[in-house]
Amino acid sequence: MTRLALAVVLALLAASPAGAVMPNEVLKDPVLELRAREISKDLRCLVCQNQSIDDSDAPLARDLRVIVRERLAAGDSDGQVVKFLTDRYGDYVLLRPPVKATTIVLWTAPVALLLLALLAARSVLRRRPADAELAPAPLSDAERQRLSQILSKGGQA
Amino acid sequence: MKRLVFLLPLLILVVVAGFFLVGFERDPRLIPSPMIDKPAPAFSLAGLRNGDGPVSNARFDGKVTLVNFFASWCVPCRVEHPLLMELARAGTVQIVGINYKDKPQDALGWLRQLGDPYTAIGADNDGRAAIDWGVYGVPESYLVDKQGRIRFKHVGPITEDVWRKDMQPMIKELSR
Repeated sequence: MTRLALAVVLALLAASPAGAVMPNEVLKDPVLELRAREISKDLRCLVCQNQSIDDSDAPLARDLRVIVRERLAAGDSDGQVVKFLTDRYGDYVLLRPPVKATTIVLWTAPVALLLLALLAARSVLRRRPADAELAPAPLSDAERQRLSQILSKGGQA
Repeated sequence: MKRLVFLLPLLILVVVAGFFLVGFERDPRLIPSPMIDKPAPAFSLAGLRNGDGPVSNARFDGKVTLVNFFASWCVPCRVEHPLLMELARAGTVQIVGINYKDKPQDALGWLRQLGDPYTAIGADNDGRAAIDWGVYGVPESYLVDKQGRIRFKHVGPITEDVWRKDMQPMIKELSR
């Protein structure tokens, strides 16, 4: 029984999602195919917008997958393949926007905001009075007398 | 001065809201083209019609050209077709068609039925020429200047509005 369960689990693990890649698109060279898969995962399917071409069934995504494989088979480097597509479709085909002058705000904003928040938190925490200052002032003599009166009456005010 | 610190979150909110306001007005389907002001990609396609011969950049002939990617199976292409017919009739601009992933007989039937505004039509059966032009869905139209550079791109059917506001002035300027 446990053996069967193990076999099932192993079979499921082996069948890792192959995206939308059709068997007839797959390259014979497993190393090239792996590179093609990695590149495709970061390329946007232009018709479906937030899917990678590796995941999309759209005909254009299929065409682009085939082109990625063709370029790799022709000896292009990964960078050359990506450039081939950005030359035609712009940085928009990249699911990960590159760091450049126009995107520097996009990349630095989260860090900048975090720093700002930390600075704000620090100044707020600093301004808060210490615990000693928060403690109530000691009772005056009159208050102390009144308190012992109340207590001695056994709570019957 | 200290009071101003409390206004800071409001200020940030206003800036972020400003970005959203502009962002929501934009159509996320419109992708800026890196091809503008670059030479039109070289292509060479078999002609669709009898007598079209091979269709390549040479067909632009040093004239301002409207390059129109279309297909008979494409519904929005039907929408912009009357406008193209009108342009062809008035002789405003020469129109080179690129028939995208279509069956030749379907495309020819479509042109017989709706009219044929094209000076030349190339048959891009596998869609490779379209990818070189950065096309991601038909119809798409490009304006190519006399030097063969792409100067304008429009995704989707050419509407009256786009024609009047963008394309017509551009053609006038390029034809000078």
